[in-house]
Amino acid sequence: MASTTGIETWAQDLAEVGPIYPFQGTETVLVIIAVVLWVGWHVVQLIEEKRDNAEKVRRHGNAETIHKAIDKHGD
Amino acid sequence: MGNNLDALTTVFTEFYYWVTIPLMFLIHVGFCMYEVGVSRRKNHMHTLMKNTMIIPLVTVTFFLFGWWIYWAFPNGPFINGGLDLETAAGNAPWSATMATNLQDRITGVFWAAFLLFSWTAASIVSGAVIERITAGAFWILAVVIGSGAWIIDAAWGWHYAGWMVVKLGYHDAYASGVIHAIAGGFALGVLVVLGPRLGKFAADGTPRDIRPHNPWLVCVGLFIIYTGFWGFYAACNVPVISPEGIGGLITGETWTATTIYLTPTTLGAITVNFLMSLSGGMMVACLVSRGDPFWTYSGGLAGIITASAGNDLYHPIQAMLIGGLGTFIAYKLHFIVERKFKIDDAVGAIAVHGYAGFVGLIICGFVLWGHPSSPYDGYATINPLGQFIGAIIMFGVLGFLPGFIVARILSLMGVLRVPREVELLGLDFADDADIEAARRDVHAGIKSIA
Repeated sequence: MASTTGIETWAQDLAEVGPIYPFQGTETVLVIIAVVLWVGWHVVQLIEEKRDNAEKVRRHGNAETIHKAIDKHGD
Repeated sequence: MGNNLDALTTVFTEFYYWVTIPLMFLIHVGFCMYEVGVSRRKNHMHTLMKNTMIIPLVTVTFFLFGWWIYWAFPNGPFINGGLDLETAAGNAPWSATMATNLQDRITGVFWAAFLLFSWTAASIVSGAVIERITAGAFWILAVVIGSGAWIIDAAWGWHYAGWMVVKLGYHDAYASGVIHAIAGGFALGVLVVLGPRLGKFAADGTPRDIRPHNPWLVCVGLFIIYTGFWGFYAACNVPVISPEGIGGLITGETWTATTIYLTPTTLGAITVNFLMSLSGGMMVACLVSRGDPFWTYSGGLAGIITASAGNDLYHPIQAMLIGGLGTFIAYKLHFIVERKFKIDDAVGAIAVHGYAGFVGLIICGFVLWGHPSSPYDGYATINPLGQFIGAIIMFGVLGFLPGFIVARILSLMGVLRVPREVELLGLDFADDADIEAARRDVHAGIKSIA
Protein backbone atom coordinates (compact mmCIF):
# COMPACT_ATOMS: atom_id res chain seq x y z
CA MET A 1 0.00 0.00 0.00
CA ALA A 2 1.15 3.53 -0.76
CA SER A 3 2.10 5.56 2.26
CA THR A 4 -0.46 8.02 3.68
CA THR A 5 2.41 10.47 4.27
CA GLY A 6 3.84 10.27 0.76
CA ILE A 7 7.06 8.85 2.23
CA GLU A 8 7.58 5.25 1.20
CA THR A 9 11.29 5.04 1.95
CA TRP A 10 13.87 7.14 3.78
CA ALA A 11 16.38 6.53 0.99
CA GLN A 12 16.39 10.20 0.08
CA ASP A 13 18.10 13.48 0.87
CA LEU A 14 16.24 15.28 3.70
CA ALA A 15 17.10 18.61 2.04
CA GLU A 16 14.60 17.63 -0.65
CA VAL A 17 11.80 16.58 1.74
CA GLY A 18 9.06 18.95 2.90
CA PRO A 19 5.76 18.05 4.61
CA ILE A 20 5.56 14.48 5.93
CA TYR A 21 2.15 14.49 7.63
CA PRO A 22 -0.52 12.06 6.43
CA PHE A 23 -3.28 12.90 3.92
CA GLN A 24 -1.66 16.04 2.53
CA GLY A 25 -4.18 17.99 0.48
CA THR A 26 -6.96 17.65 3.06
CA GLU A 27 -5.87 20.67 5.10
CA THR A 28 -8.90 22.79 4.13
CA VAL A 29 -11.30 20.00 5.02
CA LEU A 30 -9.52 19.54 8.36
CA VAL A 31 -9.81 23.25 9.11
CA ILE A 32 -13.54 23.23 8.26
CA ILE A 33 -14.06 20.20 10.53
CA ALA A 34 -12.14 21.92 13.32
CA VAL A 35 -14.19 25.13 13.00
CA VAL A 36 -17.49 23.21 12.99
CA LEU A 37 -16.45 21.22 16.07
CA TRP A 38 -15.24 24.33 17.88
CA VAL A 39 -18.48 26.26 17.24
CA GLY A 40 -20.53 23.14 17.97
CA TRP A 41 -18.70 22.73 21.27
CA HIS A 42 -19.84 26.18 22.42
CA VAL A 43 -23.42 25.51 21.32
CA VAL A 44 -23.62 22.17 23.13
CA GLN A 45 -21.96 23.65 26.22
CA LEU A 46 -24.46 26.52 26.40
CA ILE A 47 -27.43 24.18 26.00
CA GLU A 48 -26.16 21.67 28.57
CA GLU A 49 -25.28 24.33 31.14
CA LYS A 50 -28.65 26.02 30.76
CA ARG A 51 -30.39 22.68 31.21
CA ASP A 52 -28.29 21.85 34.29
CA ASN A 53 -29.00 25.20 35.91
CA ALA A 54 -32.72 24.90 35.20
CA GLU A 55 -32.70 21.47 36.81
CA LYS A 56 -30.87 22.84 39.87
CA VAL A 57 -33.46 25.60 40.25
CA ARG A 58 -36.32 23.12 39.86
CA ARG A 59 -34.94 20.70 42.47
CA HIS A 60 -33.22 22.98 44.97
CA GLY A 61 -34.33 26.53 44.30
CA ASN A 62 -36.66 26.81 47.31
CA ALA A 63 -36.09 29.36 50.07
CA GLU A 64 -35.18 26.81 52.71
CA THR A 65 -32.38 25.17 50.68
CA ILE A 66 -31.04 28.56 49.56
CA HIS A 67 -30.87 29.78 53.18
CA LYS A 68 -29.05 26.58 54.19
CA ALA A 69 -26.61 26.98 51.30
CA ILE A 70 -25.88 30.57 52.27
CA ASP A 71 -25.23 29.50 55.85
CA LYS A 72 -22.95 26.70 54.68
CA HIS A 73 -20.90 28.52 52.05
CA GLY A 74 -21.21 32.19 53.06
CA ASP A 75 -22.60 34.85 50.75
CA MET B 1 34.71 13.76 20.44
CA GLY B 2 36.63 14.16 17.20
CA ASN B 3 36.24 17.87 16.44
CA ASN B 4 34.49 20.97 17.73
CA LEU B 5 31.22 20.21 15.91
CA ASP B 6 31.16 16.70 17.35
CA ALA B 7 31.94 18.09 20.80
CA LEU B 8 29.18 20.68 20.54
CA THR B 9 26.68 18.09 19.35
CA THR B 10 27.58 15.72 22.16
CA VAL B 11 27.40 18.36 24.88
CA PHE B 12 24.14 19.74 23.44
CA THR B 13 22.62 16.25 23.41
CA GLU B 14 23.83 15.62 26.96
CA PHE B 15 22.30 18.89 28.14
CA TYR B 16 19.09 18.32 26.16
CA TYR B 17 18.39 15.01 27.92
CA TRP B 18 19.44 16.45 31.26
CA VAL B 19 16.79 19.19 30.97
CA THR B 20 14.08 16.60 30.31
CA ILE B 21 14.85 14.82 33.59
CA PRO B 22 13.87 17.53 36.14
CA LEU B 23 10.88 18.29 33.92
CA MET B 24 9.81 14.65 34.10
CA PHE B 25 10.39 14.68 37.85
CA LEU B 26 7.31 16.90 37.91
CA ILE B 27 5.25 13.98 36.61
CA HIS B 28 6.00 12.16 39.84
CA VAL B 29 5.21 15.21 41.94
CA GLY B 30 1.91 15.54 40.08
CA PHE B 31 1.03 11.89 40.53
CA CYS B 32 1.65 12.12 44.28
CA MET B 33 -0.54 15.23 44.64
CA TYR B 34 -3.24 13.68 42.51
CA GLU B 35 -3.35 10.42 44.43
CA VAL B 36 -3.32 12.07 47.84
CA GLY B 37 -6.11 14.39 46.67
CA VAL B 38 -8.21 11.41 45.59
CA SER B 39 -7.63 9.42 48.79
CA ARG B 40 -9.63 9.93 51.97
CA ARG B 41 -8.06 11.72 54.96
CA LYS B 42 -7.39 8.49 56.83
CA ASN B 43 -5.19 7.20 53.98
CA HIS B 44 -3.17 10.25 52.92
CA MET B 45 0.31 9.37 54.15
CA HIS B 46 0.09 5.72 53.13
CA THR B 47 -0.97 6.86 49.66
CA LEU B 48 1.91 9.32 49.47
CA MET B 49 4.54 6.89 50.74
CA LYS B 50 3.35 4.11 48.46
CA ASN B 51 4.07 6.28 45.42
CA THR B 52 7.13 8.06 46.76
CA MET B 53 9.08 4.86 47.40
CA ILE B 54 8.83 4.04 43.70
CA ILE B 55 11.68 6.52 43.29
CA PRO B 56 14.44 4.68 45.14
CA LEU B 57 13.24 1.14 44.45
CA VAL B 58 12.83 1.50 40.70
CA THR B 59 15.98 3.61 40.44
CA VAL B 60 18.19 1.00 42.07
CA THR B 61 16.69 -1.94 40.19
CA PHE B 62 16.76 -0.04 36.91
CA PHE B 63 20.46 0.53 37.46
CA LEU B 64 21.05 -3.10 38.41
CA PHE B 65 19.17 -4.81 35.58
CA GLY B 66 16.47 -2.68 33.89
CA TRP B 67 18.82 -0.75 31.64
CA TRP B 68 20.72 -3.89 30.69
CA ILE B 69 17.42 -5.53 29.63
CA TYR B 70 16.71 -2.68 27.22
CA TRP B 71 19.94 -3.24 25.32
CA ALA B 72 19.96 -7.04 25.56
CA PHE B 73 16.35 -7.81 24.56
CA PRO B 74 15.56 -6.03 21.24
CA ASN B 75 15.47 -9.35 19.38
CA GLY B 76 13.01 -10.92 21.84
CA PRO B 77 15.29 -12.84 22.39
CA PHE B 78 14.79 -15.66 19.90
CA ILE B 79 12.19 -13.84 17.76
CA ASN B 80 14.56 -11.91 15.53
CA GLY B 81 17.87 -13.19 16.91
CA GLY B 82 19.43 -13.89 20.28
CA LEU B 83 20.36 -11.73 23.26
CA ASP B 84 22.43 -8.73 22.18
CA LEU B 85 25.05 -9.25 24.85
CA GLU B 86 27.66 -7.17 23.09
CA THR B 87 25.63 -3.94 23.14
CA ALA B 88 24.21 -4.72 26.57
CA ALA B 89 27.68 -5.12 28.05
CA GLY B 90 28.25 -1.36 27.92
CA ASN B 91 25.02 -0.85 29.88
CA ALA B 92 25.54 -3.41 32.62
CA PRO B 93 25.87 -2.02 36.17
CA TRP B 94 29.56 -2.96 36.27
CA SER B 95 30.35 -1.28 32.93
CA ALA B 96 32.82 1.63 32.94
CA THR B 97 30.41 3.64 30.77
CA MET B 98 27.83 3.64 33.59
CA ALA B 99 30.11 5.81 35.75
CA THR B 100 32.05 9.02 35.20
CA ASN B 101 33.78 8.47 31.88
CA LEU B 102 35.06 11.17 29.55
CA GLN B 103 34.64 8.84 26.57
CA ASP B 104 30.86 8.58 27.12
CA ARG B 105 28.79 11.61 28.09
CA ILE B 106 25.42 10.33 26.89
CA THR B 107 24.74 6.98 28.58
CA GLY B 108 24.12 8.56 31.98
CA VAL B 109 21.53 11.09 30.86
CA PHE B 110 19.92 8.58 28.50
CA TRP B 111 19.68 6.08 31.36
CA ALA B 112 18.11 8.73 33.58
CA ALA B 113 15.55 9.73 30.95
CA PHE B 114 14.50 6.10 30.60
CA LEU B 115 14.41 5.76 34.38
CA LEU B 116 11.92 8.59 34.66
CA PHE B 117 9.69 6.72 32.19
CA SER B 118 10.02 3.71 34.52
CA TRP B 119 8.80 5.74 37.47
CA THR B 120 5.86 6.93 35.39
CA ALA B 121 4.85 3.39 34.43
CA ALA B 122 4.83 2.33 38.09
CA SER B 123 3.16 5.54 39.22
CA ILE B 124 0.26 5.05 36.80
CA VAL B 125 -0.48 1.73 38.51
CA SER B 126 -0.13 3.28 41.96
CA GLY B 127 -3.19 5.50 41.62
CA ALA B 128 -5.53 2.68 40.64
CA VAL B 129 -4.89 0.59 43.74
CA ILE B 130 -4.96 3.19 46.53
CA GLU B 131 -6.56 2.73 49.93
CA ARG B 132 -6.37 -1.07 50.19
CA ILE B 133 -3.12 -2.47 48.77
CA THR B 134 -0.20 -3.07 51.15
CA ALA B 135 2.79 -0.85 50.52
CA GLY B 136 5.13 -3.85 50.44
CA ALA B 137 3.13 -5.64 47.76
CA PHE B 138 2.83 -2.52 45.67
CA TRP B 139 6.57 -1.89 45.80
CA ILE B 140 7.23 -5.38 44.40
CA LEU B 141 4.69 -4.72 41.65
CA ALA B 142 6.35 -1.35 40.97
CA VAL B 143 9.70 -3.04 40.37
CA VAL B 144 8.07 -5.68 38.17
CA ILE B 145 6.61 -3.07 35.83
CA GLY B 146 9.20 -0.29 36.29
CA SER B 147 12.36 -2.33 35.87
CA GLY B 148 10.90 -5.37 34.13
CA ALA B 149 7.77 -5.42 32.00
CA TRP B 150 7.96 -1.90 30.59
CA ILE B 151 11.62 -2.06 29.70
CA ILE B 152 11.11 -5.38 27.90
CA ASP B 153 8.37 -3.72 25.87
CA ALA B 154 10.69 -0.78 25.21
CA ALA B 155 13.36 -3.14 23.91
CA TRP B 156 10.77 -4.79 21.66
CA GLY B 157 8.82 -1.78 20.40
CA TRP B 158 10.66 1.38 21.37
CA HIS B 159 14.16 0.68 20.11
CA TYR B 160 15.54 1.33 16.63
CA ALA B 161 16.20 -2.40 16.25
CA GLY B 162 13.29 -3.82 18.31
CA TRP B 163 11.76 -6.93 16.78
CA MET B 164 8.28 -5.41 16.81
CA VAL B 165 9.52 -2.50 14.71
CA VAL B 166 11.36 -4.82 12.32
CA LYS B 167 8.65 -7.46 11.93
CA LEU B 168 5.38 -5.63 12.65
CA GLY B 169 6.21 -2.07 11.59
CA TYR B 170 5.24 -1.07 15.14
CA HIS B 171 5.25 2.69 15.63
CA ASP B 172 4.75 4.34 19.00
CA ALA B 173 6.84 7.51 18.95
CA TYR B 174 5.65 9.04 22.27
CA ALA B 175 4.66 5.86 24.06
CA SER B 176 0.89 5.37 23.73
CA GLY B 177 1.58 1.69 24.16
CA VAL B 178 5.03 1.24 25.63
CA ILE B 179 4.24 3.32 28.72
CA HIS B 180 0.50 3.93 28.88
CA ALA B 181 -1.20 0.82 27.48
CA ILE B 182 1.14 -1.47 29.40
CA ALA B 183 0.64 0.42 32.67
CA GLY B 184 -3.14 0.44 32.19
CA GLY B 185 -3.15 -3.29 31.42
CA PHE B 186 -0.90 -3.99 34.41
CA ALA B 187 -3.20 -1.99 36.70
CA LEU B 188 -6.20 -3.94 35.43
CA GLY B 189 -4.42 -7.24 36.10
CA VAL B 190 -3.67 -6.18 39.68
CA LEU B 191 -7.18 -4.83 40.30
CA VAL B 192 -8.83 -8.06 39.17
CA VAL B 193 -7.02 -9.82 42.03
CA LEU B 194 -7.05 -6.97 44.56
CA GLY B 195 -10.77 -6.17 44.38
CA PRO B 196 -12.59 -2.91 45.09
CA ARG B 197 -12.38 -0.63 48.11
CA LEU B 198 -14.86 -1.54 50.84
CA GLY B 199 -18.15 0.16 50.12
CA LYS B 200 -17.35 1.01 46.50
CA PHE B 201 -20.21 -1.13 45.24
CA ALA B 202 -23.69 -1.39 46.72
CA ALA B 203 -25.12 -4.82 47.53
CA ASP B 204 -26.83 -4.90 44.14
CA GLY B 205 -23.52 -4.11 42.41
CA THR B 206 -24.21 -0.45 41.69
CA PRO B 207 -20.95 1.53 41.80
CA ARG B 208 -20.72 4.42 44.26
CA ASP B 209 -18.80 7.58 43.49
CA ILE B 210 -16.20 7.93 46.26
CA ARG B 211 -15.40 11.56 45.59
CA PRO B 212 -11.86 12.95 45.89
CA HIS B 213 -11.10 14.30 49.34
CA ASN B 214 -9.51 17.35 47.76
CA PRO B 215 -10.58 17.97 44.13
CA TRP B 216 -8.42 21.09 43.92
CA LEU B 217 -5.27 19.13 44.81
CA VAL B 218 -6.23 16.49 42.25
CA CYS B 219 -6.53 19.10 39.51
CA VAL B 220 -3.28 20.86 40.40
CA GLY B 221 -1.59 17.47 40.43
CA LEU B 222 -2.87 16.77 36.93
CA PHE B 223 -1.77 20.24 35.83
CA ILE B 224 1.74 19.43 37.05
CA ILE B 225 1.65 16.10 35.20
CA TYR B 226 0.86 18.09 32.01
CA THR B 227 3.97 20.18 32.68
CA GLY B 228 6.15 17.16 33.19
CA PHE B 229 4.74 15.61 30.04
CA TRP B 230 6.70 18.22 28.04
CA GLY B 231 9.90 16.68 29.31
CA PHE B 232 8.59 13.23 28.47
CA TYR B 233 7.92 14.25 24.87
CA ALA B 234 11.30 15.93 24.43
CA ALA B 235 13.06 12.92 25.95
CA CYS B 236 11.46 10.64 23.36
CA ASN B 237 13.42 12.39 20.59
CA VAL B 238 17.01 12.34 19.51
CA PRO B 239 17.55 16.10 19.34
CA VAL B 240 20.00 16.26 16.43
CA ILE B 241 21.76 13.64 14.35
CA SER B 242 23.39 13.44 10.93
CA PRO B 243 22.49 10.93 8.23
CA GLU B 244 25.95 9.49 8.76
CA GLY B 245 25.21 9.14 12.48
CA ILE B 246 21.98 7.28 11.72
CA GLY B 247 23.79 5.03 9.26
CA GLY B 248 20.62 4.02 7.42
CA LEU B 249 19.16 4.76 4.02
CA ILE B 250 18.98 8.57 4.33
CA THR B 251 21.27 10.33 1.88
CA GLY B 252 22.72 13.87 1.85
CA GLU B 253 24.09 15.85 4.75
CA THR B 254 21.00 17.41 6.35
CA TRP B 255 20.90 16.89 10.11
CA THR B 256 17.55 16.30 11.81
CA ALA B 257 15.75 15.54 15.03
CA THR B 258 14.38 12.00 15.09
CA THR B 259 12.13 9.72 17.08
CA ILE B 260 13.55 6.84 19.13
CA TYR B 261 13.38 4.84 15.87
CA LEU B 262 15.72 7.41 14.24
CA THR B 263 12.95 8.42 11.81
CA PRO B 264 12.94 12.16 11.07
CA THR B 265 10.57 14.54 12.84
CA THR B 266 10.76 18.06 14.29
CA LEU B 267 10.51 19.42 17.80
CA GLY B 268 8.08 22.01 16.41
CA ALA B 269 5.71 19.33 15.12
CA ILE B 270 5.54 17.42 18.37
CA THR B 271 5.05 20.63 20.36
CA VAL B 272 2.02 21.68 18.32
CA ASN B 273 0.60 18.17 18.27
CA PHE B 274 1.03 17.83 22.03
CA LEU B 275 -1.06 20.95 22.57
CA MET B 276 -3.68 20.10 19.98
CA SER B 277 -4.21 16.55 21.25
CA LEU B 278 -4.36 17.88 24.83
CA SER B 279 -7.02 20.35 23.69
CA GLY B 280 -9.04 17.73 21.82
CA GLY B 281 -9.06 15.54 24.91
CA MET B 282 -10.03 18.34 27.29
CA MET B 283 -12.86 19.63 25.10
CA VAL B 284 -14.41 16.19 24.67
CA ALA B 285 -13.96 15.23 28.32
CA CYS B 286 -15.49 18.50 29.50
CA LEU B 287 -18.59 17.86 27.40
CA VAL B 288 -19.09 14.16 28.09
CA SER B 289 -18.45 14.52 31.82
CA ARG B 290 -20.61 17.67 31.95
CA GLY B 291 -17.80 19.81 33.23
CA ASP B 292 -16.42 17.42 35.84
CA PRO B 293 -12.97 18.87 36.66
CA PHE B 294 -11.35 15.50 37.41
CA TRP B 295 -12.39 14.01 34.09
CA THR B 296 -11.70 17.20 32.13
CA TYR B 297 -8.10 17.27 33.32
CA SER B 298 -7.78 13.51 32.88
CA GLY B 299 -9.26 13.90 29.41
CA GLY B 300 -6.38 16.20 28.51
CA LEU B 301 -3.98 13.44 29.42
CA ALA B 302 -6.05 10.85 27.54
CA GLY B 303 -6.01 13.09 24.47
CA ILE B 304 -2.22 13.34 24.47
CA ILE B 305 -1.86 9.63 25.18
CA THR B 306 -4.16 8.61 22.33
CA ALA B 307 -2.30 10.74 19.78
CA SER B 308 1.17 10.00 21.14
CA ALA B 309 1.87 6.97 18.96
CA GLY B 310 1.85 9.14 15.83
CA ASN B 311 2.37 12.67 17.12
CA ASP B 312 5.71 12.80 15.31
CA LEU B 313 3.81 12.89 12.02
CA TYR B 314 0.16 13.87 12.45
CA HIS B 315 -1.23 17.16 11.21
CA PRO B 316 -2.22 19.24 14.27
CA ILE B 317 -5.95 18.96 13.52
CA GLN B 318 -5.59 15.21 13.10
CA ALA B 319 -3.90 15.15 16.52
CA MET B 320 -6.82 17.11 17.99
CA LEU B 321 -9.44 14.81 16.45
CA ILE B 322 -7.59 11.65 17.47
CA GLY B 323 -7.11 12.99 21.00
CA GLY B 324 -10.81 13.76 21.26
CA LEU B 325 -11.91 10.39 19.90
CA GLY B 326 -9.63 8.44 22.20
CA THR B 327 -10.79 10.40 25.21
CA PHE B 328 -14.46 9.73 24.40
CA ILE B 329 -13.82 5.99 24.10
CA ALA B 330 -11.70 5.85 27.27
CA TYR B 331 -14.31 7.76 29.30
CA LYS B 332 -17.18 5.54 28.19
CA LEU B 333 -15.18 2.33 28.68
CA HIS B 334 -14.23 3.32 32.23
CA PHE B 335 -17.85 3.32 33.38
CA ILE B 336 -18.86 0.27 31.32
CA VAL B 337 -16.02 -1.81 32.81
CA GLU B 338 -16.69 -0.45 36.30
CA ARG B 339 -20.37 -1.41 36.16
CA LYS B 340 -20.03 -4.73 34.36
CA PHE B 341 -16.87 -6.17 35.93
CA LYS B 342 -16.86 -4.33 39.29
CA ILE B 343 -13.37 -2.95 38.70
CA ASP B 344 -12.62 -0.15 41.18
CA ASP B 345 -10.00 2.00 39.47
CA ALA B 346 -9.82 4.88 41.95
CA VAL B 347 -8.24 7.38 39.56
CA GLY B 348 -9.37 6.18 36.14
CA ALA B 349 -5.83 5.08 35.28
CA ILE B 350 -6.87 2.09 33.20
CA ALA B 351 -9.07 4.32 31.07
CA VAL B 352 -6.80 7.33 30.72
CA HIS B 353 -3.63 5.32 30.12
CA GLY B 354 -4.69 1.81 29.14
CA TYR B 355 -7.70 2.26 26.88
CA ALA B 356 -6.54 5.56 25.40
CA GLY B 357 -3.09 4.10 24.70
CA PHE B 358 -4.57 0.96 23.15
CA VAL B 359 -6.95 2.92 20.91
CA GLY B 360 -4.17 5.34 19.97
CA LEU B 361 -1.98 2.53 18.66
CA ILE B 362 -4.71 1.21 16.41
CA ILE B 363 -5.66 4.64 15.07
CA CYS B 364 -1.97 5.27 14.32
CA GLY B 365 -1.86 2.10 12.21
CA PHE B 366 -4.60 3.42 9.94
CA VAL B 367 -3.55 7.06 9.75
CA LEU B 368 0.15 6.35 9.10
CA TRP B 369 -0.41 3.24 6.99
CA GLY B 370 2.54 2.63 4.68
CA HIS B 371 4.94 5.13 6.28
CA PRO B 372 8.39 3.61 6.86
CA SER B 373 8.84 2.60 10.49
CA SER B 374 12.60 2.92 10.26
CA PRO B 375 15.38 4.59 8.27
CA TYR B 376 16.95 1.14 7.83
CA ASP B 377 16.33 -1.35 5.07
CA GLY B 378 14.19 -4.47 5.55
CA TYR B 379 11.74 -3.16 8.18
CA ALA B 380 7.95 -3.58 7.86
CA THR B 381 6.08 -0.33 7.23
CA ILE B 382 3.50 1.02 9.68
CA ASN B 383 0.19 -0.86 9.30
CA PRO B 384 -3.04 -1.47 11.24
CA LEU B 385 -2.49 -5.19 11.88
CA GLY B 386 1.01 -4.62 13.24
CA GLN B 387 -0.30 -1.88 15.51
CA PHE B 388 -3.20 -4.06 16.69
CA ILE B 389 -0.87 -6.94 17.53
CA GLY B 390 1.41 -4.42 19.21
CA ALA B 391 -1.49 -3.09 21.29
CA ILE B 392 -2.36 -6.64 22.42
CA ILE B 393 1.28 -7.25 23.39
CA MET B 394 1.51 -3.99 25.31
CA PHE B 395 -1.85 -4.05 27.13
CA GLY B 396 -2.31 -7.80 27.46
CA VAL B 397 0.91 -9.80 27.24
CA LEU B 398 3.34 -7.43 28.99
CA GLY B 399 0.73 -5.45 30.94
CA PHE B 400 -2.25 -7.45 32.19
CA LEU B 401 -0.57 -10.86 32.51
CA PRO B 402 2.44 -9.91 34.69
CA GLY B 403 0.21 -7.70 36.84
CA PHE B 404 -2.34 -10.46 37.33
CA ILE B 405 0.21 -13.23 37.94
CA VAL B 406 2.38 -11.34 40.44
CA ALA B 407 -0.68 -9.95 42.25
CA ARG B 408 -2.10 -13.47 42.45
CA ILE B 409 1.12 -14.80 43.97
CA LEU B 410 1.18 -11.95 46.50
CA SER B 411 -2.48 -12.60 47.28
CA LEU B 412 -1.84 -16.31 47.85
CA MET B 413 0.97 -15.31 50.22
CA GLY B 414 -1.56 -13.17 52.09
CA VAL B 415 0.37 -9.94 51.62
CA LEU B 416 -1.48 -8.16 48.80
CA ARG B 417 -4.30 -6.44 50.68
CA VAL B 418 -4.44 -4.82 54.09
CA PRO B 419 -6.75 -6.49 56.65
CA ARG B 420 -10.38 -5.38 56.48
CA GLU B 421 -10.12 -3.79 59.93
CA VAL B 422 -7.11 -1.70 58.88
CA GLU B 423 -8.88 -0.58 55.73
CA LEU B 424 -11.83 0.60 57.83
CA LEU B 425 -9.66 2.26 60.47
CA GLY B 426 -7.63 3.94 57.76
CA LEU B 427 -4.18 3.04 56.55
CA ASP B 428 -2.65 5.93 58.50
CA PHE B 429 -4.29 4.85 61.76
CA ALA B 430 -1.88 4.93 64.68
CA ASP B 431 -2.11 4.41 68.39
CA ASP B 432 -2.28 7.92 69.85
CA ALA B 433 -1.33 6.90 73.42
CA ASP B 434 1.59 9.33 73.61
CA ILE B 435 -0.52 12.25 72.37
CA GLU B 436 -3.30 11.37 74.82
CA ALA B 437 -0.80 11.14 77.68
CA ALA B 438 0.70 14.49 76.70
CA ARG B 439 -2.79 16.05 76.57
CA ARG B 440 -3.62 14.67 80.03
CA ASP B 441 -0.41 16.11 81.45
CA VAL B 442 -1.06 19.52 79.90
CA HIS B 443 -4.64 19.59 81.23
CA ALA B 444 -3.42 18.55 84.67
CA GLY B 445 -0.87 21.39 84.54
CA ILE B 446 -3.55 23.91 83.63
CA LYS B 447 -5.75 22.72 86.53
CA SER B 448 -2.86 23.13 88.99
CA ILE B 449 -2.41 26.76 87.75
CA ALA B 450 -6.11 27.39 88.30
